[in-house]
Amino acid sequence: MKTTQILLAGFGGQGVLFAGKFLAYKGLVQDKQVSWLPSYGPEMRGGTANCSVIISDTPVGSPIITNPDVLVAMNLPSLQKFVNDVVPGGVIVLDSTLIGAKVDREDVKVCYVPATQMAKDAGFATLANMILTGKVLKEAPCVDFADNKGTLEAFIPAKKAGLIDVNCKALQMGYDF
Amino acid sequence: MAERVLMKGNEAIAEAAIRAGCRHYFGYPITPQTEIAAYMAKKMPKIGGVFLQAESEVASINMVYGAAATGCRVMTSSSSPGISLKAEGLSYIAGSDIPALVVNVQRGGPGLGGIQPSQSDYFQATKGGGHGDYRMIVLAPASVQEMASLTIKGFNLADKYLMTSMILADGTIGQMMEPISFEDAEIEVYEKPWALTGTEGKRKHNVVNSLYLQPDKLEAKNFERFERYKIVEENEPMWEEYMMEDAEYCVVAFGIASRVAKNAVVAARAEGIKVGLIRPITLWPFPTKALRAAADQVKSFISVELSMGQMIEDVKLATECKKPVTLCNRAGGMIPSPDQVLESIRNAAKGE
Repeated sequence: MKTTQILLAGFGGQGVLFAGKFLAYKGLVQDKQVSWLPSYGPEMRGGTANCSVIISDTPVGSPIITNPDVLVAMNLPSLQKFVNDVVPGGVIVLDSTLIGAKVDREDVKVCYVPATQMAKDAGFATLANMILTGKVLKEAPCVDFADNKGTLEAFIPAKKAGLIDVNCKALQMGYDF
Repeated sequence: MAERVLMKGNEAIAEAAIRAGCRHYFGYPITPQTEIAAYMAKKMPKIGGVFLQAESEVASINMVYGAAATGCRVMTSSSSPGISLKAEGLSYIAGSDIPALVVNVQRGGPGLGGIQPSQSDYFQATKGGGHGDYRMIVLAPASVQEMASLTIKGFNLADKYLMTSMILADGTIGQMMEPISFEDAEIEVYEKPWALTGTEGKRKHNVVNSLYLQPDKLEAKNFERFERYKIVEENEPMWEEYMMEDAEYCVVAFGIASRVAKNAVVAARAEGIKVGLIRPITLWPFPTKALRAAADQVKSFISVELSMGQMIEDVKLATECKKPVTLCNRAGGMIPSPDQVLESIRNAAKGE
């Protein structure tokens, strides 16, 4: 019986909602209970976005995450907003290309992944989100990493199927980092 | 088992409505329910249905009134301020005794308010909203699966009792995605001899109307209508009980508040506090019997709401104030945290 609460936060356009959707689908195809809750309020209109994903072996209670097990931060305001909410023993995965700051907590594991730079170097500049998500799956194995392709096929529309392979590559890069 | 898919709550309502046989949608966009209209706009033309974005909420509810008079399954959806605009039409539909489905994905109010989730339209949904003596069947989903199943149920009940069914959801359940399967969709079909379908010269014409200038006739209509409502109150209350068997304290919550409350109940049980949850699924008819039975069992009630305290009045009425009822709430688009609810449970256990 395990429940993993993942909060992903960043600017609009960085693919935070998409990454969350991927994690939710990953749980779905592996027969887990899942919930995915996007921010849709004024903060979204101000340019930042976040989403809460819960993956569990038992039915999900509240879909609202107050204290995440895993925080994915793609910009400094998001890190500052949520850093102290992460549970002791939790994981913070951040994009160290975009966030220069260090996390001042001893009781969480912090992964500094230069995801934006890695994505740029690999020729798919917009997939920093999936590199970070790969790292999440390594550090917080709430679902099996295997068959990312199958998961992506489940929700990426056919006309964008060409993007599945690069998404898989990005996930693998983050997982191996 | 049917295949599980991930869907937003709003999309689940739209898909379920189509599966329930709804082929007529009239609406006007407003956050946080716009995905319903967007889904309908995409799907209806492909299946020979009607999607129409009217010039206003007032227009769209009157289009619902017109279509409902012909006996077809029809719906509209909006969010709080938009529902206020539809109130006149809701009263006319009730006064004409015809079935319709209306969705309110609530946001904070009053006035233009905000766009974040709320439950502050409880009074409006359960006590009227429009003018005159009337009721709507009010269904309160707490999951994406229930957004679908209660939409189908809502169409069935509307046809059965010739009433409006309202899905009273909130921004969170509307926006969130959860796995859902449609295997249980049970579509009931009712004869509609009252419908305006054209006489073809073979029968006396039907009239759908809410105007009765002779007070004795209008009174008779009201009494007749409330006889029907009595049957609904007898037969249709729905609720869920959670950890109530040995409960000494009872949390009452619906919709998203019940999800938060469940977490708090689990946490309180871990501290040794015997607390349970009653979740009304129908807000009208209110699950009075369940609450009354609980009043003989528990020491006190806690009403958890995303409002300044509206359902709490029905809790007090249902329990005939036999036991104290306290309020645990946030308003204006804020949601209580499980910790806030837990604190309220602890206070109840301390007798405060």
